[in-house]
Amino acid sequence: MKLNGDTSQFKIVAENLNLHYGDNHALKAVDLAINEREITALIGPSGCGKSTFLRCLNRMNDLIDEVQIQGRVIVDGKNIYDKDVDEVAVRKRVGMVFQQPNPFPKSIFENITYAPLKHKLVKKGTEAESLVESSLKSAGLWSEVKDKLHSPGTSLSGGQQQRLCIARTIAVKPTVILMDEPTSALDPISTGVIEDLMMQLREKFTIVIVTHNMQQAARISDATAYFHLGELVETGTTEDLFANPKEKLTQDYIRGRFG
Amino acid sequence: MSNNPFYDPSLKHRHRSAYMLKLLSRLSILFTLGFLLFFLFDMVRTALPATWQAYVQVEVSYSERAKKFTRTAVPKEYRKVVSRAWLRNIPRQMEEDPGLLGTTQLLWVLADDQVDQYLKGHYHNLKEKEIAFIERLKTENTIKLDWNGVFFNNGDSKIPEYAGIRSAIVGSVLTMLVTMAIAFPIGVMTAVYLEEFAKDNAFTHFIEVNINNLAAIPSILFGLLGLSVFINLFGLPRSTPLVGGMTLALMTLPIIIVSARAALRSVPASIRQAGYGLGLTKLDIVKDHVVPIAMPGILTGSIIGLAQAIGETAPLIIIGMIAFIPDTPQSIVEAATVLPAQVFTWAGMPERAYVEKTAAGIIVILVILISLNATAIYLRKKYETKW
Amino acid sequence: MSVFTLTNHRRSYKEKAIVTLLVVASVISIVTTIGILFSILFQAIEFFQLKSFWTFVTGTEWYVSKQESVFGSVPIFAGTFMITAIALSVAIPVGLGNAIYMSEYAGSNVRKVLKPLLEILAGIPTVVYGFFAALTVAPAVVDLFAGFDITATYNSALACGIVMGVMIIPVISSLSDDVLRAVPSAQRNASYALGMTHSETIRNIVLPAATPGIISASLLGFSKAIGETMIVVMAAGLRPNLTWNPLEDMTTVTVRIVDSLVGDHAFDSPQTLSAFALGLILFVITLALNMVSVMQIRKFKAKYRINTL
Repeated sequence: MKLNGDTSQFKIVAENLNLHYGDNHALKAVDLAINEREITALIGPSGCGKSTFLRCLNRMNDLIDEVQIQGRVIVDGKNIYDKDVDEVAVRKRVGMVFQQPNPFPKSIFENITYAPLKHKLVKKGTEAESLVESSLKSAGLWSEVKDKLHSPGTSLSGGQQQRLCIARTIAVKPTVILMDEPTSALDPISTGVIEDLMMQLREKFTIVIVTHNMQQAARISDATAYFHLGELVETGTTEDLFANPKEKLTQDYIRGRFG
Repeated sequence: MSNNPFYDPSLKHRHRSAYMLKLLSRLSILFTLGFLLFFLFDMVRTALPATWQAYVQVEVSYSERAKKFTRTAVPKEYRKVVSRAWLRNIPRQMEEDPGLLGTTQLLWVLADDQVDQYLKGHYHNLKEKEIAFIERLKTENTIKLDWNGVFFNNGDSKIPEYAGIRSAIVGSVLTMLVTMAIAFPIGVMTAVYLEEFAKDNAFTHFIEVNINNLAAIPSILFGLLGLSVFINLFGLPRSTPLVGGMTLALMTLPIIIVSARAALRSVPASIRQAGYGLGLTKLDIVKDHVVPIAMPGILTGSIIGLAQAIGETAPLIIIGMIAFIPDTPQSIVEAATVLPAQVFTWAGMPERAYVEKTAAGIIVILVILISLNATAIYLRKKYETKW
Repeated sequence: MSVFTLTNHRRSYKEKAIVTLLVVASVISIVTTIGILFSILFQAIEFFQLKSFWTFVTGTEWYVSKQESVFGSVPIFAGTFMITAIALSVAIPVGLGNAIYMSEYAGSNVRKVLKPLLEILAGIPTVVYGFFAALTVAPAVVDLFAGFDITATYNSALACGIVMGVMIIPVISSLSDDVLRAVPSAQRNASYALGMTHSETIRNIVLPAATPGIISASLLGFSKAIGETMIVVMAAGLRPNLTWNPLEDMTTVTVRIVDSLVGDHAFDSPQTLSAFALGLILFVITLALNMVSVMQIRKFKAKYRINTL
């Protein structure tokens, strides 16, 4: 799939992105454009490179030894792999939520203020307090935890922990949130709560989600991209892609799953 | 910079403080490696002179008089130059070879330690007259530094040039034989019991806590145990490889148990299930399949335990294994010394000549330890199986 | 039924015998600990029947002579803790720095080289360290301070402590390295994803998470230091000396134990028995340190649900 013409209207554009883990060619010439304030779902069988691709969008793959990346990932008109871009600053603007809820073993309050204080987004005191409140409200967690802000984040239930992680990410004021199978470790009810939350967040943030649950992709996403063995096979609006997949691989995957 | 949405001026400062942490941790590694390097260099430098020993060519007259007054066997001016220990040996030489009596032979014989130290440029207490004499011998080429075979052939001696490490090596070997003969079977049996048979109850937990504590008890306290139980209570002979080996065995036990347990645990459950599937009893499975598979791992751990026991000194001092042992011990119930104890004894000697011997003894210990560890690493690599 | 029982009967008999043998082997470690405790305890009690316990605990004078002996252990423990403190102030920062470098900065190839080198350091017998302390480090300390017109003795607590600190470095670095590496990568990733730098992640996430493990490692180092014998026997003083000056000679518990047992004293003389009284206290302290150390590690493992270590 080639990108044609002007790409400046997109929030994120990956151009000819290749990634090698040692000898393993994990991403093969991926081109993908992602719209602002939409939810884009990345789907595909396990090992297809969808999570690897996601981690390229905030340079998390830089942390792994023996990874080599070629190509460009343009966020807000700037290639994040350019020499004058600091990967730390990239991650500040492109937040990430992981598969396993991973709150720090600190209080709920500190979980949220940790990064904003380091980034000097807020000062200690009332500024920090109001940030905690607004972040928790955005994550739909405020009413549940407002009386126990100083108890450890790890004391919450799994679903609450994941919403705390989302609140923590929002607090840094990113423009993009990456979610790597954010509900796969949760029960159906918590999953529903988080899906609802994502629908709300999409008004403020560009969200890219990796999921192996196709119903989830169909329910919440605006656009979907299907990966297979490191290649981007097909992309389109979610409606289109699920209704009339053009590629045979996509058809097989979607039909196979739907039975 | 204005077209870079990711430009963040505060990061400069944050990265600088990051650099400090990296620098500090790198400095500590450099300190550690630097120390190791300097230490090894210092030991080798100190030990190197012990490779050679001074010998002097002299006319030895095996007369009847020399049997009684050994000093008279060499010309008068040589009496301060030739080793006293070598002279003392003359009567024995003559006893062994009666044909020597009445002959005069030109021999290269061991020189005195002061002469040796003088030739090596170390501190010595020779008088000017003696120095002049040695200088004359040097021009005549009848004095030389040569390979120090004495060091490996002799036992300990109060005369520095005659002191060697042989009896300590034999003592160490005997002691280690006792140690491993006790610690290996008991350690492996304990590990097999805890991993394969023990139920998860208070007794098992108590044994486990206990093994952990045993590993943390200072070695010198094992010496107190050896002294008051093995020597005073059981009446076993003091200063012997038997008591030393028993004491060290108890110290080595936790190391062997812990590593043997880890090795047994790494044997996959499928092996055991396959055995049950064939109708074997638990004992058969453990004995014929699990333990043989775990054996390389058990051996690796045991070698590491052995290496630690070889270098142990404190408990052996308490049970008297720092006795002066000139002769090589023949059995585990004879008084003996071990390598590190020999090093300790030499380190306390006032004569300068012992300094290089001490360092040489240390090099011998380090070579043994490094080869043992290398063997352990080799075993681990060779039999490393990923299940 | 009989078909099954006939063969199994003899088998289970043999199996029982062997399992009993295994249990007996396992009990030996318990017997050893009890043996150490009692062999020390009985002679220590004998000592306290001859000499006042109160004087032993609070006395600031320790001297032995033919006419009269006084056993006040305060200067001995003061010396022990002084040397231990010097050792730990070398070993904890350097050991922790090593662990941070090994677990956070070193690539896998560098690790492969560094680990065996640290193992060599860990394997050096303490008698060797003692010789090195006496032969090289102690004179260097004297020369160094002589440059500032300060007198240091040739068996200063400082020289002993430094060398003992180096001996303990591998103890602290290897356990801390294991603990730092055991901190779940999910914690690190969470911090990176929030735009934190590597060092901020280490300082604010990894190190606080690993704190119980680092405490445990330090306690183990502490326990090793107070029980260490050869370095102090060879490089520290024999004289009980109550002072704050690390350039003076001091003696330690282990030095006193060795000194009172290698001499030619009757086994039931207070001189000999005092070794066991000191040994008893050493036993109790090291055991307590080990217990606390194990508890800290358990806390760390429970918090992050780690099964290894």
